[in-house]
Parts: sequence; structure tokens; C-alpha cells
Amino acid sequence: MEWHDQGILLSVRKHGETSVIIDVLTKAHGRHAGVVRGGTSRKLAPILQPGAQLDLRWRARLEDHIGAYSVEPIRSRAAQVMSDRLALAGLNCVTALLVFCLPERDPNAGLYDRTEQLMDLLGQSDIWPLAYLRWEMALLDDLGFGLDLTACAVTGSNQDLVYLSPKSGRAVARDAAGEWADRMLALPPVMKGEGAGEDAEVSQGLDTTGYFLQEKVAAGLGNRPLPEARDRFLRAFRSRIDW
Amino acid sequence: MSSTRDIDTLIEMMAKLPGLGPRSARRAVLHLIRKRDVQLKPLADAMQVVAATARECLNCGNVGTSDICDICASEKRANGEICVVEDVADLWAMERAGVFKGRYHVLGGTLSALDAIGPEDLRIPQLVNRVQAEEVREVILALNATIDGQTTAHYIADQLEGRVTLTSLAQGVPIGGELDYLDDGTITAALNARKAL
Repeated sequence: MEWHDQGILLSVRKHGETSVIIDVLTKAHGRHAGVVRGGTSRKLAPILQPGAQLDLRWRARLEDHIGAYSVEPIRSRAAQVMSDRLALAGLNCVTALLVFCLPERDPNAGLYDRTEQLMDLLGQSDIWPLAYLRWEMALLDDLGFGLDLTACAVTGSNQDLVYLSPKSGRAVARDAAGEWADRMLALPPVMKGEGAGEDAEVSQGLDTTGYFLQEKVAAGLGNRPLPEARDRFLRAFRSRIDW
Repeated sequence: MSSTRDIDTLIEMMAKLPGLGPRSARRAVLHLIRKRDVQLKPLADAMQVVAATARECLNCGNVGTSDICDICASEKRANGEICVVEDVADLWAMERAGVFKGRYHVLGGTLSALDAIGPEDLRIPQLVNRVQAEEVREVILALNATIDGQTTAHYIADQLEGRVTLTSLAQGVPIGGELDYLDDGTITAALNARKAL
């Protein structure tokens, strides 16, 4: 078995004294692990940093073997983000979340493209949190828990949609929420692609997507807590908001 | 019972050491047996002593044979600077260079989302306490230039912000390094950290 693809490095784990097991997100083969022999060497260790864009060649005797990668760097993202607290927290958050919720060897070209675009925006801290919110919404969609923001779940109206039902993930209009309003999740305009994308609104949106990641996605994965890296990113992001 | 059982056991244990495999362990054990008096016995004695006395320094996490290591015990090293390193091996590397004259703090790892290592698993609270107790002026974050290392550095910086001067090691071209052989990440870091001549 052999294939050739590009991928985004999600994680690196030591394997023996000189090798590592890497987890990469590829376009045609999904999240795919493999051994890199000599991965701890001085030549390869700087290349094998999470977030790196890699040219990959995977070989194994049988398809269900873990197999071995030979890797060539395409571009590194580590150096760009290391001195930027928010970008570093963002990179950790994206890679940890993908490892947390994606099944192995299940290709999703759309998610790969969106993740690559998001990674390439790292360092542009003014727009990155908004891009990240959109990426999380798309991730929920890919995982089968997409939010329906087109019309009110109660009245069918598309006016004044300010709430989101925590049960169905559908939008709810202000008037239709009635006595249930305090149980609804916030639906800030930025989630509907409206408004200027203020940080406070993005933060509210991330609370909403975080609810669905925890209650729907994580619940289906043994109810594990979401990766701590997401909390760290939210803290880093919120520290810059002037409440 | 095999007459070489004890030797086989020794070879098996040696083979588990870093850098050794079964073949090299066999060679090492054979060498030790041949030089029993000058190498094997002193080695066994030294290992016995270290096994009985080695412990972590209660202050900094360094490895020594007393509760407080030599560096922490030395008044000369109390110059108001603490160098934070990930591991004891990093501390030894800094000491080999012989440039840093302050004290150290060994974290015992880095934050890692993948391995679920959080701040409470590292010696970060002890560092915060030391900064207050030892009248520290500067904390030098000498953590590895990896994603996990720098994530940890930023976390510590958040915890100590406003209490002390925080610095970190520079990143860039190593001594004797040739640009043609450097990865693009190192070149980017070196260019970002350029300084006037």
C-alpha cells in the first residue's frame, strides 16, 4: 500500500528512541497516523511541529497497518505563531479539536480546505477569531450537528433571529422564544454573517458553538471534556476584549 | 537453572537504557565482566549509592543527593534571576555552558493538549511561590522552541505578568549553522529576532 498526499500536522508522539508517530489531516485520506523513522533527529524535529504543511508519502504492507511516512516540509507555521500568544493558542486549539473529534481515515476535502485556509490566516489576530468561529460552525456541520440559521424553528420567519435552540440547533425569533428565552443560546449577528464581527459577538458565538461541541459532539465520544487548548484560546482571545 | 541467568538479567536491564539495545547491552556487560575490579565493582557501588540518595531538590526540582541541591544552597547563585527549564537535562545543558549564574526552576514537562498535561501537572505553582519568596527580579524562560514549549512559556508569562521581568531565550541561527541547511521556521525566527550591528 502506498499513497502520496499533502497534510497538516496535528500531533507528534514519541515512538521509541528515534521515531515518532504523527497524526496528519490530509485531503484524500482524512486524519491519518503513521510512523516517521528518525523523527526525533535534528533534521526532522524542527519540521515536525504541529501546524506544519507537509508533503507525505505513506507506505504499509497492509492498509490497516499504521504504516510509515516519509515527509518533506512545504511550509512551517510554528515560527510565525510562537511569539504571538493568540495565534499559538489558536493553533493548539484547532489541532487539539481535530484530534479530539475527527474519526481516523475518513476523508473530508471540504474540512481540509477550510482548515488549511484557517491555518494560513494564523498571525492575523484581528480577523482570526472570526475565521475560527466560522470554522467551528462548519466543523459542527461536517460532524452532523450543523446549525440551521435560515428561519425560526417556531414561526418559520427569518426576521429578528436572536436565539438558538440548544436542543435542535435551529434559530428562534425573539418573539417566538416567549418564556423559554432564558433557556435559549445566544445567536449573535456575526454567526449569520451580519454585522462588523465585533470581538464580543465572536466570543458569544464561540460560547454557542462550544455548547454544541460539548453537548453533541463530545457526548457521542464518551462525554469527554473538550480539549483544554480550546479554553486557553478563549481566555487569550477574551483577554483582549474591552468588556 | 542456567548458569548465566543473572548475566542475562543484567543484559536485559541494560538493554532498556536509552541508547542501548540487546546487542550493545551484551557488549557492555561483557566489557564490565572482563574489567570487574576496575569498572564493574565501582559502577555497582556508585549505582547503589545513587539509588539510596538521589532525590529531587525540594526548591527547584533539580536532581541531587540532598533535599536542597547545590545550586539552590549556594548564596552566590541568589542573584535575583531564575531560569525556567523543562527538564533536568536542560538544566545540565545550561550548566555546561557555564554562562548563567542564577538559580533554576525545573518544570518537569510542558503543557500538552494531546497528553492531557495541564498546569497543575507541572511545577508552575511552586515557581509563582518562589518568585515571591526569593525576591526574584527576572525570570528567564529557557523552554524548548517547540509548540508545546512556547505554549508553556506564554502560560507562565500570564501567571507572572506584572510581578517580575520576564525574558526568554532568543531563537535563530545556531553557532556554526549554515543558512542553506536551516529549516524555514528557524530562518523566519532568526529574521524576526534580528538586531542592529
